[in-house]
Amino acid sequence: MTELIEFKLNGKNVKLNVDSDRMLLWVLRTNFGLTGTKYGCGEGFCGACTVIINNEAARSCSTSMKEVKGKEVITIEGLEREGKLHPLQKAFAEKDALQCGYCTPGMIMNAYGLLKKNKKPTYSHIVDAMEDNFCRCSAHKRIVQAVQSASVKMEKEG
Amino acid sequence: MKEDNYLDLDFKEIKTPFEMDRREFVKLMGGGLFILFTVGDTLGYVEAQQRRRGQDLPTDFNAFLRIDEKGEVTCFTGKIEMGQGIITSLAQMLADELDVSLNSVHMIMGDTDLCPWDMGTFGSMSTRFFGPPLRAAGAEARRVLLEMASEKLSVPVDKLNVDNGVVFEKTNKKNKVTYADLTKGKKIEKHLKDKPPLKTPAQFKVMNKSFIHHDAVEKVTGKARYSGDIQLPGMLYAKVVRPPAHGAKLTDADLSEARKIDGVVVVNEGDLVAVLHEYPDVAEKALALVKAKFAPSPSRLNNNNIYEHLLKAAGGGNEIAKAGDLKEGEKNSVHVFDETYYDSYVAHSPIEPHTAVANIEGKKCTVWASTQNPFTAKEEAAKALDTNSENVRIITPFVGGGFGGKTTNLQVIDAVRLAKITGKPVQVAYTRKEEFFYDAFHPAAIIKIKSGLDKNNKMSFWDYNVYYAGERGAAHFYDIPNSSTKVYGAERGTSAEIHPFRTGAWRAPGNNTNTFARECQIDIMAAKAGIDPFEFRMKNFKDPKYREILKAAGDKFGWKPMGKSPTGKGYGIACGSDAGSYVAMIVEVDVNKKTGGVKVKRVVCAQNMGLTINPEGATIQMEGCIMMGLGYALTEEVQFNNGEVLNKNFDSYELPRFSWLPKIETIILDKRNEPPQGGGEPAIITVGAAIANAIYDKVGIRLHKMPLNAESILKALSEKK
Repeated sequence: MTELIEFKLNGKNVKLNVDSDRMLLWVLRTNFGLTGTKYGCGEGFCGACTVIINNEAARSCSTSMKEVKGKEVITIEGLEREGKLHPLQKAFAEKDALQCGYCTPGMIMNAYGLLKKNKKPTYSHIVDAMEDNFCRCSAHKRIVQAVQSASVKMEKEG
Repeated sequence: MKEDNYLDLDFKEIKTPFEMDRREFVKLMGGGLFILFTVGDTLGYVEAQQRRRGQDLPTDFNAFLRIDEKGEVTCFTGKIEMGQGIITSLAQMLADELDVSLNSVHMIMGDTDLCPWDMGTFGSMSTRFFGPPLRAAGAEARRVLLEMASEKLSVPVDKLNVDNGVVFEKTNKKNKVTYADLTKGKKIEKHLKDKPPLKTPAQFKVMNKSFIHHDAVEKVTGKARYSGDIQLPGMLYAKVVRPPAHGAKLTDADLSEARKIDGVVVVNEGDLVAVLHEYPDVAEKALALVKAKFAPSPSRLNNNNIYEHLLKAAGGGNEIAKAGDLKEGEKNSVHVFDETYYDSYVAHSPIEPHTAVANIEGKKCTVWASTQNPFTAKEEAAKALDTNSENVRIITPFVGGGFGGKTTNLQVIDAVRLAKITGKPVQVAYTRKEEFFYDAFHPAAIIKIKSGLDKNNKMSFWDYNVYYAGERGAAHFYDIPNSSTKVYGAERGTSAEIHPFRTGAWRAPGNNTNTFARECQIDIMAAKAGIDPFEFRMKNFKDPKYREILKAAGDKFGWKPMGKSPTGKGYGIACGSDAGSYVAMIVEVDVNKKTGGVKVKRVVCAQNMGLTINPEGATIQMEGCIMMGLGYALTEEVQFNNGEVLNKNFDSYELPRFSWLPKIETIILDKRNEPPQGGGEPAIITVGAAIANAIYDKVGIRLHKMPLNAESILKALSEKK
């Protein structure tokens, strides 16, 4: 059913006439042109489409526009502040925590969700939180290190 | 969809399709200095025996670099970046030979209109085969620029030096000129013909030093563009009706319900039935409304009967290595070991599924594609459009993982056909289900080995027969007087009459299977001989490079003679060679006897890859190989029945996850004075065997089939009791 959906996207209020059964992933990519959020499996198994909804990591391929109404959505494009990379983005780049880079936005957003809840995650907290995000190039070791390093930096910088 | 409508990965069949004169390429560009060069063995950079068999390399130029009027260096190559990091390492080579900063080197990759022909990016070949002539081109450019500077500055060449793109007089640094000033307003074309001296390792400023991925910032901000991120005005997303099984033929398609969806465009042309929409998810919804009927697949193959079928279909073998006399060897044996090993069909599963966007304007068709071989894709697209290949341009944006799987380009064919039929730009992006269905899987394979030990516990004979895994990694490297290695069955390609679906190259094709069988057999013999598996290998290596690499791994691991396996420690070893590099791996595992689960706790991997261009980049590749290897070793197996691929998504096909992450320790030997070898694949070949040997060492069960999954571990444990 087409309805007017209002929500906050990367800090801005947006509204859109849209079939409210459509999934957020496709609306982000097509209606908003935000292609940083990726399709990987379409059923929530791989995490490539992960975004933040009301401070929690969520699978945008399985979240309908109905569920987004009135909420605050952050995508990979919304992490930079005044042209500066978010500490997680910086850490992923510096630690070489990526290869093909296709799963990277989902990894970073999922880690962002973790750090919202847990500012000082241990190794096993990170592994648990990232468990359902797939990286076929297998940069897992460096991804864990990047999340750890970002959390330390964010803690220091407040 | 015609199953055979694509070119096989057979290099002999691919002719260098130059439609453009070399001057055409250069004409397209602005001013500057151009160095055109050939990737092949015309300059003798590549040892004949190192080349892949059957490879037919072009003799005309197939890459070039430009130093433009701003002093920026651009390399145009048909190679593509899919995560393996050559966008960084190739740039490092150029920066060093040219004496410019890494930031001033740009890579234009995989664009068939801008870059000369290249056969594709696979086989860990970019650094080995492309690297040396690329460096030579850089050195040649530097030589030309120095000559120009000599004239301009009135200083002989040997009194000049270069730093950061500035040529200066050694004794008077103020007397200087930049590369930019030298090339300004000029257009100079040089064809690399002789072999300019390359820098020696002592002179390296950029090579053999670690740099983070050149493309990292684009990738962490979501700005990096993959094929699916290309959005053109008026573009439609297509969803194609797919058969439920390989070999099932479409008999009827009722599109009346799908048509009712607002904005849907319907295509129904024989073998191609598709629904298109401006939103991919709406197209998907329309697809679900298509009522298609298929005749059942004639295939009767499944996971249970496949090996019997494969053995029957194999035909005669081809002996690729031989020494002594097998019968003589067997006669002298006190112990004979007759073992059969099996490997499964494995999916590539890149997280980015195959994607293509096609746009036809007039005669010209432009395609953005996730492909490892854009020039093959170009031929395939031209064939599908029934046009000359000069009318097709393939642009390769970032590729979201390949592993060999993106050498098939069926999605490109769908996209160009649909763009032609609808007259609109069309995107075809596989769903995960389609990605599993159309993947050219790593082939299931069988290896039969009969070997023996003589009364002195020396290996007396080795009769090795490999079916469907091919010859990569098949020949052994141990001191065995009587041996034979035979290869049966087609390795790759369509193989439709043999395999139930397409099979193809999967990271280090065949070598994972061959190394698994060989290194397990070696361990079985070592155990019978009562000798520590480390010691047994050290005693029997013929090539000192293996001794050196296993020693490096052993030192790092802290290997102490442990005697005969099983020791209960859970240690396993495997060695091998791939793409010119040598690898030794030692792992430590734990086995949960209740669940059959294996936890790989620690992996030590040593690699000799010659000169390492980007040590950090090479380390990342090794770590990736190890972690990805856990998948084929422990869980990954395509399930199929009568032509249907039963794995539709990741819930039924288990990829390695974060919780599997072992402690990974990598060592790259410092061999900076030796030619660079492959780095994208070698470290994956030993994972299966090392784990199988470690499981034996832990709980005393010997598994002969990969994956070494919980089910087979539980079965073997119960049989042991």
